[in-house]
Amino acid sequence: MKKLIAASIAALAMGVSGIASAEPIKIGMITTLSGGGAGLGIDARDGFMLALKNAGDAAAEIEVVTEDDGQKPELAVQIADKMIQSDQVDILTGIIWSNLAMAVVPSAVAQGKFYLSVNAGPSPLAGALCNENYFNVAYQNDNFHEAMGQYASENYEKTFIMAPNYPAGTDALTGFKRFYGDDVAGEIYTQVGQTDYAAEIAQIRASGADSLFIFLPGGMGIAFMKQYAQSGVDIPVIGPGFSFSQDVLPAIGEAALGVKNSSSWAKDLDNEASKKFVETFQAEYNRLPSIYAAQAYDTANLIVSAAGKASVKDAEAFRAALKEADFDSVRGKFSFNTNNHPIQDIYVTEVVDEGGVLTNHIIATAFTDHKDAYAEQCQMQ
Amino acid sequence: MQTALFIEQILNGLQLGVMLFLMAAGLTLIFGVMGLINLAHGSLYMVGAFACAAVAAATGSFWLGLAASLAAAAAAGAIMEILVIRRLYERDHLDQVLATFALILIFSEGTRWLFGSFPLYLDIPKLLQGTVPIPGGSRYQLYRLAIIGVGVAVAVGLFLLISKTRLGMRIRAGESDREMIGALGVDIRTLYTVVFALGAALAGLAGAMVGALQSVQVGMGEPVLILAFVVIVIGGIGSIKGALVGALLVGLVDTMGRFLLPQLFGMLMPPSQAGLVGGALASMLIYIVMAFVLAMRPQGLFPAAKG
Repeated sequence: MKKLIAASIAALAMGVSGIASAEPIKIGMITTLSGGGAGLGIDARDGFMLALKNAGDAAAEIEVVTEDDGQKPELAVQIADKMIQSDQVDILTGIIWSNLAMAVVPSAVAQGKFYLSVNAGPSPLAGALCNENYFNVAYQNDNFHEAMGQYASENYEKTFIMAPNYPAGTDALTGFKRFYGDDVAGEIYTQVGQTDYAAEIAQIRASGADSLFIFLPGGMGIAFMKQYAQSGVDIPVIGPGFSFSQDVLPAIGEAALGVKNSSSWAKDLDNEASKKFVETFQAEYNRLPSIYAAQAYDTANLIVSAAGKASVKDAEAFRAALKEADFDSVRGKFSFNTNNHPIQDIYVTEVVDEGGVLTNHIIATAFTDHKDAYAEQCQMQ
Repeated sequence: MQTALFIEQILNGLQLGVMLFLMAAGLTLIFGVMGLINLAHGSLYMVGAFACAAVAAATGSFWLGLAASLAAAAAAGAIMEILVIRRLYERDHLDQVLATFALILIFSEGTRWLFGSFPLYLDIPKLLQGTVPIPGGSRYQLYRLAIIGVGVAVAVGLFLLISKTRLGMRIRAGESDREMIGALGVDIRTLYTVVFALGAALAGLAGAMVGALQSVQVGMGEPVLILAFVVIVIGGIGSIKGALVGALLVGLVDTMGRFLLPQLFGMLMPPSQAGLVGGALASMLIYIVMAFVLAMRPQGLFPAAKG
């Protein structure tokens, strides 16, 4: 009972402070701040908050409530319900993982809330389940893999491919093969969260492949790359940017040097917004930003740009303002496709040693103005 | 090539097995002597890995890190026993599970508070880098062979400790009849703390050795803990011999399943389908083995003798 009263008082207090300022926007950020995937969520949160800070007065009316989903779908759903019902947020954002996004997004947008994705881009939400209130500011899950498929088809003959056995993993290999073709040297699905890859490495060694494509985000990629480097197998590794982003590179160490991967952004991308982002991020948090931070930074800037044009209470106008994507993206150019997913360039990057710090440099453009493969299945009303 | 691959996979299975043995030995020892289910054993594994990574980063020496991991895990284990676990021996298993689960959360958040959320870097020592030739024409990673060696040494050491020394005698006596050895004047509180610290040190050693292969991060202990529980259930709870056999069985079954099942299905269906189905079945395989063993011998393969 006491708890209930305390909660009601807190809710009241929040409500009162909300009324005090005119037309504020309340954003609910659900992201992963604990557990093995916390590095990604923390980067996303920090990138998002940095954009609001950099926006200064333009973001003065924006309030953000952040909660940790612990990378658990059931928890994310509870938090989303709470944010919608008691916190009365206007916009939800922040989810890193596709399985969590699938659990939260459809019901949130059905309740008339906006959802802006900073990372997860599962294929159903780009296709059959697309919604006018769902905007993906990151990518559709397949995109980075498609870019590597394209790169591999130009540079290699027999690629061995490997991903964990879950929706984003199957999306990854499907995306890769969409541009590479089906003639791979071998195909392995590993367990999600697997930490020892000795058995897989033995098979790769025996396969006679000339290249290896892996999609192993977070700790899985770190473990694999270290073991692979030690195994004496010298088949070159390629992969999507997630396996070699700034959050995991220090832990992989030298084993990552020279690895080609794909990304929609890297810190040497030559534009003003990107330079400012990298500089202020380093000054604020004393580390290099990852792709997750970059995408969240763009998401926050998109919201700020839309808020300058329309009130969030006027859903129609606000939606149109979001769709214009009239903000300075760190990716240089950025626009929305018919299914509210990005049209953007995807680059091939290479891991380099920059004065003792491992980071990615762009070496080629895999796709210009790339759209996802699911847009035609989207019947947006 | 196929023979070489086969030998390599058997070595991989053995390596996973001895690593699980280090975890399971401590877990089963603690259960056997004190009747305690310690869910926080995985946290001690994590403590070992973080201590090794932190000390190795500060001093540049993996070996100092390894020593630090043993010391840190044993110390963490001893402190945990004295502050929390000691109050739980008389309680039922549900209370023990609740309290040690709370310890997992405390250790995880404490480690995150100290080291942050991003994984730490820990490399294999120079001496053990590289590969060695194995029969069949392939090469095998030296460090993994070293892990197998350490595991075998620990198994022999534990066997000698328990069967030949006074401490081992007390441990065996404690397993058979707790009240009686207390009545005979053995300081049972100290014995418990020592056994707990020993089990913790083994977990820390496993964490440090595996940390150099995998990633050192918060929450790394829990997946291993689940496997270690499978091992002691298969081997017979409380039995070191059971833990050894169970660990090797789980290590080999898991590795060979991941290797052979997709190939087996590959004869029946297209490769990408076979990968999915075989991979899914391989991840279930050790639990199927556990269910099978439990159905045949509910007390495990080598049940500990109970007084």
